[in-house]
Amino acid sequence: MKTNRLLFLLPLLMLAILAGFFGWSLLAGRDPQSIGSPLVGRAAPHLAAPSLREGQPPLDDALLHTGKPVLVNFFASWCAPCLAEHPLMSRLAQREGVTIIGVAWKNKPDEARAWLARLGDPFKAVGYDLEGRMALDWGLSGVPETFLIDGQGIVRLHVRAPIGEQDLDRLLPLLKAGLGSGS
Amino acid sequence: MIPSPSLSPSKGERSTTKKRSLFFLLSPARGRGWERGLLALLLAVVALPALAVEPAEMLPDPALEARARTISRELRCVVCQNQSVDDSAADVAHDIRRAVRERLVAGDSDQQVLDWMVARYGDYVLMKPPFERGTLVLWLGAPLVLLVGAAGLALAARRRRSAPIAPAPLSDVETARLDLILRDAALRAAPQDEALSKKPHPEERPQDASRRVGNG
Repeated sequence: MKTNRLLFLLPLLMLAILAGFFGWSLLAGRDPQSIGSPLVGRAAPHLAAPSLREGQPPLDDALLHTGKPVLVNFFASWCAPCLAEHPLMSRLAQREGVTIIGVAWKNKPDEARAWLARLGDPFKAVGYDLEGRMALDWGLSGVPETFLIDGQGIVRLHVRAPIGEQDLDRLLPLLKAGLGSGS
Repeated sequence: MIPSPSLSPSKGERSTTKKRSLFFLLSPARGRGWERGLLALLLAVVALPALAVEPAEMLPDPALEARARTISRELRCVVCQNQSVDDSAADVAHDIRRAVRERLVAGDSDQQVLDWMVARYGDYVLMKPPFERGTLVLWLGAPLVLLVGAAGLALAARRRRSAPIAPAPLSDVETARLDLILRDAALRAAPQDEALSKKPHPEERPQDASRRVGNG
């Protein structure tokens, strides 16, 4: 019986399809572990946390509606990547005049306070979320994570990683000129 | 309490008795029924998967708790990709389990709880991705390949059946030769049949039987 010789090309075709998919995954920078963020483009979740600084009022939504873009940074004293991004946070606050609101996540207030006292406190206001209840509202998966909220209280960026130099290109334009303009 | 040396066995003695009993349990031929049962039970307990849900997290209402468990099985842990929130011992999974229970107590439906999670973590948080345009290939790809393959096989089978390969008819020479062979074979077979129908010698029988027993 005669067999269709084109059938022999079928495995080769499958291989080509697989190789194409893997190649695209590699070259297009696809990250299958990336969670993404459905919060971008929406109003920021509620900010409600007791202050880490004794005698100061708790964090509330008013901090996000000042007409100026702000960064909301979740950190913890036990988190090494937070330590790594801390110098950049300090630089943003001191040299670029960026308003940063800090939230210590699953961190004993004493330890978070000691961490900030040792390294410097870049935050305009800083609270703590010991049980991670508020963080769940923000779709947090861990620390550090940083949100950029524009002057109208809309989330513009959600970085699920320590902030590094490579992030400044997309952060600074939004922080400086982007007073409410879309990303 | 300090054990008196006269009453308690020495360490060496104790370990040997333990060893002996363990070996006894492990040897399948010797173990009595209840001992083997005990071993099976022990292994079953050891093999039980560690439960991530802590007793303190559970709701007092069994119906609500059952719903919470079902929902947590549909939610993906956001830090350990291939585990559900119900299976994961991660901190965030613990928080999500607690939040799911809090929302259920507040009166949310199962779907509302899932939607609440998706609004914060996206489709990523669902173990089963939603059926959408972007996920069509994911949902229908494998069944489609299966269907195409089955259709191809069916087509090939039908083509083969519709065109059966008939053997070419015998030529005259071949027919004559075949007749000759068959007749020859029939002649040879006839005397053999006679020989077979003869009864075997009576002395052969017990010999045969004993040999069979010895071999078997």
